[in-house]
Amino acid sequence: MDEPLHQALSLLPQRLGWHVALSASALGLGLLIALPLGVLAARNPRLRWVSLSLAGLVQTIPSLALLALFFPLLLLLSGLSVRLTGHGFSALGFLPSLLALTLYSMLPILRNTAAGLGGVDPAVVEAARGVGMTDTQRLWRVELPLALPVIMAGVRTAAVWTIGAATLSTPVGQTSLGDYIFSGLQTEDWVAVLVGCAASAVLALVVDQLLGLIERGVGQRDRRLWIAGLAGLAIGLVAALAPLASTALDRGPPAYVIGAKNFSEQYILAELMADKLEARGARVERKINLGSAVAYRALAAGEIDAYVDYSGTLWANVLNRRDNPGRQAVLDQLRSGLKQRDGVVLLAPLGFENAYALAMRRDKAQALGIVTLADLAAKGGGLTMGGDLEFFSRPEWKSVETAYGLSFKARRQFQPTFMYRALASGEADVISAFSSDGRIAADDLILLADPKGALPPYDAVILIAPQRAGDKRLTSALAPLAGSIDVRTMQAANYAVDRDTDKLGAAQAAKLLEGK
Amino acid sequence: MTDAPIAIAVQNLGKAYDGQSVLSEASLSIPRGQFVALVGGSGAGKTTLLKTLNALITPTTGRALIDGRDVADQPGPALRRGIGYVFQEVGLFPHLTVAQNIGVTPRLLDWPAERIAARVDALLDLVDLPRDVATRLPAALSGGQRQRVGVARALAAEPSILLMDEPFGALDPVTRVALADDVRRLHETLNLTTVMVTHDVGEALLLADRVVVMAGGRIIADAAPATLLTETHADPRVAALIDAPRRQAKRLAALAGSRAHG
Repeated sequence: MDEPLHQALSLLPQRLGWHVALSASALGLGLLIALPLGVLAARNPRLRWVSLSLAGLVQTIPSLALLALFFPLLLLLSGLSVRLTGHGFSALGFLPSLLALTLYSMLPILRNTAAGLGGVDPAVVEAARGVGMTDTQRLWRVELPLALPVIMAGVRTAAVWTIGAATLSTPVGQTSLGDYIFSGLQTEDWVAVLVGCAASAVLALVVDQLLGLIERGVGQRDRRLWIAGLAGLAIGLVAALAPLASTALDRGPPAYVIGAKNFSEQYILAELMADKLEARGARVERKINLGSAVAYRALAAGEIDAYVDYSGTLWANVLNRRDNPGRQAVLDQLRSGLKQRDGVVLLAPLGFENAYALAMRRDKAQALGIVTLADLAAKGGGLTMGGDLEFFSRPEWKSVETAYGLSFKARRQFQPTFMYRALASGEADVISAFSSDGRIAADDLILLADPKGALPPYDAVILIAPQRAGDKRLTSALAPLAGSIDVRTMQAANYAVDRDTDKLGAAQAAKLLEGK
Repeated sequence: MTDAPIAIAVQNLGKAYDGQSVLSEASLSIPRGQFVALVGGSGAGKTTLLKTLNALITPTTGRALIDGRDVADQPGPALRRGIGYVFQEVGLFPHLTVAQNIGVTPRLLDWPAERIAARVDALLDLVDLPRDVATRLPAALSGGQRQRVGVARALAAEPSILLMDEPFGALDPVTRVALADDVRRLHETLNLTTVMVTHDVGEALLLADRVVVMAGGRIIADAAPATLLTETHADPRVAALIDAPRRQAKRLAALAGSRAHG
């Protein structure tokens, strides 16, 4: 079998299992809430209006944002719970995903339940009263059976939506089929993206068909059809959850949780740290593809034990600093600042920066005699500047622009992959780049020096969660990584994952770093 | 009228929706075994009056008594299980078979399954339906068959009172007459007290022991069919209502006579 495909499929049982567990729980919870609410709403016009408006409102929030919003909310609630009861709960992973997806699944169930009950022939409703049924008997024996096809149609819609939206639970740290899609998009591993999309689409189709079977069975009063549908769902559920149960059973001691944000370098460094721990016999759980803001808060809250962040990011986003006292001073102040603020330990810088920098083709820069940003300001008036989609609105750009008085013939924005292609083809002469990007070495680019220190430093640093600060096993496993990776090595590892052909997986690329 | 005990009584009954009166000052006593027709145009208040008898509608003023007990003093579902009701729009449960439809009230009363099954068979015979319709859904029946099932369902729990709201309204004339005759026969054999709402005065006059004429939410006449047909009426609305079928009958007779002699 094709190697990338084989690799992707080997992860399928776990990811599919979690995806099914998550979607099924969310749909089940959605049914538990939305069905009774729909019944009440069908009898009370005001409740109907309020509940349908609220469910509709939830639906207008982009699902990714809805999932992301539950993380800080749960973090807050967990903090409260710790204060009140002494016990907290995990704000990352399953719970926020479950809650967001449940909310998301409610609208079609609620709307169809209310509509289905409201659509029952008034003559039949009166007949039910006339033959002596109580309100409850009328609901169970007449109204619900007659509304069932409409309700089932709502359940089918909800199921398909939930299974699709469950792929978005990856950034809040829940393993799902979305892991394929998010990592695959970052590393341009299209095999992984396709596996993720196909698996979730097939899952949605199968569930939809089985629910359709139940719907037809109920509609035609054919017991065999709906029993077959239910049996299909039950068998599928058990089969999908089996791999999860087997891992849950051979649980050893509690694992270390290594986090990563959502790009290749982070995946590689997470694998590197996991490797170091596993080499010492520790069990490691990986939570990758965390949103940038989620990662730090998750660490501070103890949801993850360690991950790599960048000094400039922490400086601006956590300490809210805008000045630039220099690379070492930033590290020193971060070390004390993070400790004091959140109890987070800055264990060690890894030795390289992943900073914003301006890059040019070596031949072009040499021809123009440009080595520094000051040279660029003096000689770059006729050049075209390319930036990634956010670069020109970032403080780093404003800072460089004013410090050196940069001006260009034209400015263009690109999606990162195309930005490098534009540089190669001459459509752009200077681009914004990340200093550890593998394409810098591969495309023979040079990074322009920044003598005025206008660009903040972005040292890669290992952060340790407060409750692991005294964990000797963790710190002694990771401490040797201090200063062990230079920027060329990181570039090479990144490139091995990002390049178009002969790609390596993150775990294999991590071995390149250890070889040094 | 007779010495039989009073099965149904309404006293000074009134109903208003948002201050709009649809029924006022209606009083009526129906002895056991009587077949009463409520007639009048649409909006006369006859269906409202009928529905207060089994508490489908709660009156604004006055009270309704069944066998001497105020219906408001009893839980509605329990009351209605003891009173047969045939609906204007038939109202069969489309998801239940004919047998399940007929057996619905006995099941609510927790009758044993064999007793329900036997009762369903008996009722199918009684309303003149073949027994093999028992397993069909209402959608597979003709309009006349459906209303026969409706009558069977109303009689399933062996009520002594049968209420019917325009029971034959949607049927073709042949079916209509046949079913009306069967209902009258059932009324006799089962010793029922029957109240039927209809806007067809001819049907009322031919079928009922007593015709109550309503207009504008009030009872404006209350007499035996023969009396209604022979007396002159002070209220022109009653006169007009009675006159219509009488003139129709005369013209039909004249037409038949002219053919016979022509």
